[in-house]
Amino acid sequence: MLELRDVHAVYGRSHVLHGISLTARAGEVVSLLGRNGAGKSTTLKAIVGLVEVTRGTITLGERSLRGLPTHAISRAGIGWVPEDRRIFGDLTVRENLLVGEAGARRWSLDRLYALFPQLRALAGQPGGSLSGGEQQMLTIARTLMTSPRLLLLDEPSEGLAPVVVKALAENIATLKREGLTILLSEQNLAFARRLADRAYIIEKGEIKFEGPFATLDAQPEIRRAYLSVG
Amino acid sequence: MSPSIIVVQLLSGLAKAMVLFLIASGLSLIFGVTRVVNFAHGSLYMLAAYLTYSLTAALPFGAASFYVSVLAAAVAVGLVGLVIEVGLLRRVYKAPELYQLLLTFALVLVISDVVKLAWGSENKTGPSAPGLAGSVPIAGQLFPTYDLALIVFGPLVALALWWLFYRTRWGVLIRAATQDREMVAALGVDQARLFTAVFALGSALAGLGGALQVPRQPLTIVMDTSIITEAFVVVVIGGMGSVPGALLAAVMIGVIEAFGVLVLPKATLVMTFAVMAIVLIVRPWGLLGRPESQGRGAGGAIASTSAVPVPRAAIVALLAALVALPPLLPTFHVWVLVEILAFALFAASLHLLMGTGGMVSFGHAASFGLGAYGAALLMKLAGVTMPVAFVAAPVVAAACALVIGFFCVRLSSIYFAMLTLAFAQIAYAIVHQWYDVTGGDNGLLGVWPARWLATPLRYYYLALVACVAGIALLGVIGRAPFGLVLRAARDHARRAEAVGVNVRRHQWLAFVIAGFFGGLAGATFVFLKGSAFPDYFSVPRSVEPLVMVLLGGVQAPAGAPLGAAIYKILDTVATKYTEYWQMVLGVILVTLVLAFPRGVIGVLRRG
Repeated sequence: MLELRDVHAVYGRSHVLHGISLTARAGEVVSLLGRNGAGKSTTLKAIVGLVEVTRGTITLGERSLRGLPTHAISRAGIGWVPEDRRIFGDLTVRENLLVGEAGARRWSLDRLYALFPQLRALAGQPGGSLSGGEQQMLTIARTLMTSPRLLLLDEPSEGLAPVVVKALAENIATLKREGLTILLSEQNLAFARRLADRAYIIEKGEIKFEGPFATLDAQPEIRRAYLSVG
Repeated sequence: MSPSIIVVQLLSGLAKAMVLFLIASGLSLIFGVTRVVNFAHGSLYMLAAYLTYSLTAALPFGAASFYVSVLAAAVAVGLVGLVIEVGLLRRVYKAPELYQLLLTFALVLVISDVVKLAWGSENKTGPSAPGLAGSVPIAGQLFPTYDLALIVFGPLVALALWWLFYRTRWGVLIRAATQDREMVAALGVDQARLFTAVFALGSALAGLGGALQVPRQPLTIVMDTSIITEAFVVVVIGGMGSVPGALLAAVMIGVIEAFGVLVLPKATLVMTFAVMAIVLIVRPWGLLGRPESQGRGAGGAIASTSAVPVPRAAIVALLAALVALPPLLPTFHVWVLVEILAFALFAASLHLLMGTGGMVSFGHAASFGLGAYGAALLMKLAGVTMPVAFVAAPVVAAACALVIGFFCVRLSSIYFAMLTLAFAQIAYAIVHQWYDVTGGDNGLLGVWPARWLATPLRYYYLALVACVAGIALLGVIGRAPFGLVLRAARDHARRAEAVGVNVRRHQWLAFVIAGFFGGLAGATFVFLKGSAFPDYFSVPRSVEPLVMVLLGGVQAPAGAPLGAAIYKILDTVATKYTEYWQMVLGVILVTLVLAFPRGVIGVLRRG
């Protein structure tokens, strides 16, 4: 479904991705693991056209995404959930959701409130007043409003309390069951393992490992070399 | 003060506030969503006023003609805004944000001459509003009915805007885009269309303000510049991007101005800007604004490539020409050269602030004016000789920059720019209204060089030495460790702090240095002209060096003098051949920006 082939990207004048290739097949949850600064977020931003891609191809199904404006990439079916959440703090929860309302409308406010019941109670609150966990729910729900075919989740578990992480994992599992394809960037190996079918490991802008978690477990030296302890 | 006067002044302040609100809300909206500081906003206001004037006379609807004209003018100006956004601004959104400002400044020049061409330069008295032409007695005084109608109409517009922003999805998108444009795009919203619509709406609001102003005041061809400064004040006090803030601030300013006339008639101009300065110092983001998100300051917007030095041979050749050629030139050309030298130094001093320091000043004319008036007043009042005045003037400018800079460097990006503008306007107002000392708008005359310097060539060589030395020193400062620290602070203030740099103190010192050399430029200029006028402090005088720096290329120190030379030569040539030189200059500027969105020197270097 989504395929990156030999993607190079630059931030200003520094070269940050050096030939990333990865695929996510329809209905699959694929995890992109790596340390801080390894290039996880940049890879996702390259897909949605927020960093300059200098070489390589990015395709969704038959369609090339490289070079499209960000809104067109969103409309093509890519839903990006940024690491820093980027809630519109002055807008209410409901208004935050309305920004994403467009396209095929496979998701309605009611369906989202069913998936994230907390959000219904908070609908009239300003987004900026929400807790970290609530904001994480909101940012995912907001992106779902665009009815994506593929969800890019950037470190959703970062900075959240364990009990919140658990609830979040259940939400994401529900999305997986509904058949949504997900590319999940994570540092939290346990969290990723619970949801993902297979993993890529990225380090210094290059893919260092690709395969199922069982293979990763069989090679502890890879884990030591490229992932944080824990 | 009797109660009746208080009531009437309050009402007339409110009426003025409504017009201010209309134009300022449009300006604020445009800035909030597109980040364009639209200098042409006042020009759109003026255009709508003249359109209303002519349409009312031309339309055959009798008493309704005026009201139809008001609507038609607002819509027409909204369409002009749409064309400006699609035809010009859209092409430079990828360039540093300041280049959009340069474009809107060029439009100010063009629209100003279009109005002059179409309607002539005499003041025009607009039609009165049918049905609202008389007065009503209020607290024993007669108060214009039309002003009362405005007081009712303004809140209605505010209400309509509120409905638009809070009750429609489009309004939700606008508010979201004001906070985070990139995220809005990532949610599938086409920014280009949003920007166009917002620019058209904001322009239409300016148009509505201009059209409704017609029955209140005569139309003049300078109404664009007078309203744009006031609109900036309102937008900044209210908070950039906040429409409710614009309403609050418009009421504040309208009322303060109305009462200021009664209490301190001599200080009305100072008061508005003093209020703005105080608000910015106490609440740097304005009353209802919010801080810029990190990393989007004006400084970041002009992140420069590493400076490649201009070939030494070229500099030597240029200097040799500047020394050897003038004796062969006609006097007029020598005068032009002195003017170019003064402005080259003026632009170079601004470059230290905006290029090296990332601090974009909208009020650098303050240093220029202080240098000029400093020199003139030292001679006139203190009786010092011309050479002493020439040397002491930059010190005066630097001393004032020390005080002004203390407040300004506490702010960054657009708020820094606006506070510098406020201080420049305060200086302008003082010079303009303090007749006994400064001569007001009659200026100070007879500020001539000492006898032994008073031939064109001798004064030219003095200017050459002063300005070249100044530009060279500024270059050295920019490359010295001090300049490197400034650049570090520009690119990432927090990281610079983290490695132990006192960012504010460095920026403050840069402000003083820029003030010193701006003052030297002003002193050079004042002895060339023999007179000093308040417009040395004016907004256009502040914008000129900005245009020069951007035109030459902000990334290299050599860009500033280059831009100054290009601008002044264009200016001189255009003025010589046509009455409508502003239009010619504006069109050339637009062409240059579209052709060289990184400044001329960026292209020279690549080529």
